Amino acid sequence: MTRRALDVSGLPSYAFSHRSLMWWGTFGLIAIEGTLFALAIGTYLYLRSQSDAWPIGAPPPDLLWGTANTLVLLLSIWPNQKAKWAAEACDLVRTRRWLLVGLAFALIFLVLRCFEFASLHTRWDSNAYGSIVWTLLGLHTVHLLTDTYDTAVLGVLLFTGPMEGQRFVDVSENALYWYFVVFSWLPIYAVIYGVPRLQ
Amino acid sequence: MQHAMNPPGHAPASRLKDGPGPGSPEAAALDATWSDPPGLLGWLAAVNHKTIARRFVITTFCFFVAGGALALLMRLQLARPGSKLVGPDLYNQLFTMHGSTMMFLFAVPVMQAVAVYLLPLMLGTRSIAFPRLNAFAYWIFLFGGVMLYVVFALDAGPDVGWFSYVPLAGPDYSPGKRADFWAQMITFTELSAMLEAIVVITTVFKLRAPGMTLNRIPLFVWAMLVTAFMVLFAMPSVMLASTTLIMDRLVGTHFYNPAEGGDVVLWQHLFWFFGHPEVYLIFLPGLGFLSAIIPTFARRPIYGYTAMVLSLIATAFLAFGLWVHHMFAVNLPELGKSFFTAASMLIAIPSAVQIFCWLATLWSGKLDFKTPLLFVLGFFFILVLGGMTGIMLASVPLDLQVHDSYFVVAHLHYVLIGGAVFPLFGAFYYWYPKVTGRLMSERLGRWNFWLFFIGFNVAFFPMHLLGLKGMPRRVYTYQAGLGWDTLNLVSTIGSLIIAVSALLFVVNAVRSLRRGAPAGADPWGAGTLEWATESPPPPCNFHAIPVVHGRDPLWEAPRARAEDEQPAFTHVSGLAADTRELLATTVLDARPDLRVNFPDPTIWPLVSALAVTVLFIGSIFTPWAVVWGSIPIAIALTAWFWPDRAETSVHLSLERKP
Repeated sequence: MTRRALDVSGLPSYAFSHRSLMWWGTFGLIAIEGTLFALAIGTYLYLRSQSDAWPIGAPPPDLLWGTANTLVLLLSIWPNQKAKWAAEACDLVRTRRWLLVGLAFALIFLVLRCFEFASLHTRWDSNAYGSIVWTLLGLHTVHLLTDTYDTAVLGVLLFTGPMEGQRFVDVSENALYWYFVVFSWLPIYAVIYGVPRLQ
Repeated sequence: MQHAMNPPGHAPASRLKDGPGPGSPEAAALDATWSDPPGLLGWLAAVNHKTIARRFVITTFCFFVAGGALALLMRLQLARPGSKLVGPDLYNQLFTMHGSTMMFLFAVPVMQAVAVYLLPLMLGTRSIAFPRLNAFAYWIFLFGGVMLYVVFALDAGPDVGWFSYVPLAGPDYSPGKRADFWAQMITFTELSAMLEAIVVITTVFKLRAPGMTLNRIPLFVWAMLVTAFMVLFAMPSVMLASTTLIMDRLVGTHFYNPAEGGDVVLWQHLFWFFGHPEVYLIFLPGLGFLSAIIPTFARRPIYGYTAMVLSLIATAFLAFGLWVHHMFAVNLPELGKSFFTAASMLIAIPSAVQIFCWLATLWSGKLDFKTPLLFVLGFFFILVLGGMTGIMLASVPLDLQVHDSYFVVAHLHYVLIGGAVFPLFGAFYYWYPKVTGRLMSERLGRWNFWLFFIGFNVAFFPMHLLGLKGMPRRVYTYQAGLGWDTLNLVSTIGSLIIAVSALLFVVNAVRSLRRGAPAGADPWGAGTLEWATESPPPPCNFHAIPVVHGRDPLWEAPRARAEDEQPAFTHVSGLAADTRELLATTVLDARPDLRVNFPDPTIWPLVSALAVTVLFIGSIFTPWAVVWGSIPIAIALTAWFWPDRAETSVHLSLERKP
């Protein structure tokens, strides 16, 4: 039989979304961390179900900083989506600009998060309620910190080069991960701030 | 004959391309490109999946031997009543270290290690996805495992069981650092497992050879894919459990402290939500081994491929609904227990479907009783027995009767050794020639099998009877005259036979490295792609990436024809030979999609793993280690990610926009 070769030399060297290997890697991380968040929320609800009074020995957390942070986080979707679109159009100038705007939102959020911890009215070592509330908020903060750092490194690369197409894919996937950070916050917010107010 | 996919005028920069077979300059270039760098630094920087997998397998096997030695010590202690070979403190460490080793440092990682070696070969690609991440996962695993054995050698080994139940493992009942080391070892190994799961999923979905549609994937690959998804959703549970445990111990949180609103049963829920799927994380790859070995030695394709795949998926789903059957002795609602009893019995259905498919394949095949097949047949006998006692334990009244007795020890060893270790030994014999280029001795293999099979049953069958006679687990000694003496002695003799069998395996494996018969590319006449390349495979796996036309490409090659009666494509050409370029294909139908550039080997995965180790070991002693320890991790990861200018310029020369 004649050996016939399938010549693939003309194929693109990078692509976005599920065509990219990086998308699948990000998806895997999101699956792991999403499960972790879900289990942490389950732990919160389980501990609540075992307790006669909830929250234990403390008033519910103040709404101000948590709600402000939620708004900041929801607004941050806008620069991230802009950065994602710019990256997928391989527009370096716009990608740089919107990545920096997204980074600024992340930094504002992290500053507000410090106030949020201070307004919980409980400590991690006060009781089981304090432990799980701090853990939930801490878990989410760790994700924010790592994604902020990741975004900053990516930003430096975009300005210093060398610039190859794969960097645009990285920006696109970075935005995807940021959405996970945003949308995973909503149930955590509901639990931390809403559940203690339920009768 | 070349079939050009690229439109005229869009050819990428001219570089040396792959395509021609072994012996050509292009093949030599490919070998050089995909080889690990020379020297000690190169050894530490290696990212080739075969190199990492070999290290991974050897490391896990060393842990297996260590865990087995601990078990032998326990059995020698229990061989006669009132023995003073080891005291209660050491005995507690022995059973904790044995269980933790076998579950966390051997059973799951060895399956992933084998997958890391085989998957790219079975899928017809040159590398595993994210090779640096793969190397990082190995180093993390190694450091976590070594840490556990170092503290054991220093008499600081964990002593609260592989399940580390609170409050026994909490700060009040386990002062000192023993339980902390256990909790951190969990983090190391589970982190490694989860990263490997991401690597496996991406490899399977994106790096298959053209033509290998989802319904042509080898069943071992399906098994590892399903296992990888299970890891993603099961492992976070034990990570949360172990992290909250160490927080209770180190910074005074109260997750498991009932006096401050915590709850000890929470630990059991979190642990067994991971712990039960863990059994299937071990079992499913074993099923994958069987589905590779049986068709080869029955000389026919597997019966009921689609049913097998659906059964694997169904088993995975059901495995998540069974965790409470480990908690029947806990005060839980009766309705809940009934649900978990039903779910536990339900899982017998997909397992039975697979067993019937294998039996049908064997029944209609022409059997070649080589050592790998012997281990498969041993699996049938032992797993069915283990499965039967599993059904028994799924019943609440019986479970309450034999709870925490040796009956449970017998059951779990029948399931885990029968379901995983027998197939694994078969797999070692089956794929050894692919890894080393030489066959293992058949004669020693048969001795290995029969000693293992007999020794296993002599060691573990009496434990059923001991359990029914009331002997509890985790006791370091017992009084004479309870009717347990002879059965314990028999069990210890069985464990010694197992040890001799394991020793024979080691002798066979080492001896065959030099003295085994040369294997050639396909010594068993198998049909899957890993046998299409040399043994051992070249650094690039395939000098010409194959194009696939069926489920058993090596058996179906003569029938491969395109619809127009022209010879179908036989291989891929056009990938760069002098840089690490791969072909990515579409998820469902494996059509050529992208040329992907992989990074070169680097020392940074190792440095990152060391930084992570410093953080986690430091955090056993002070929470500030988390703060300061994250700085070197960030630096190492940034250096890992930072592009090398020379490498980037090569990538740019090959770049083509989507």
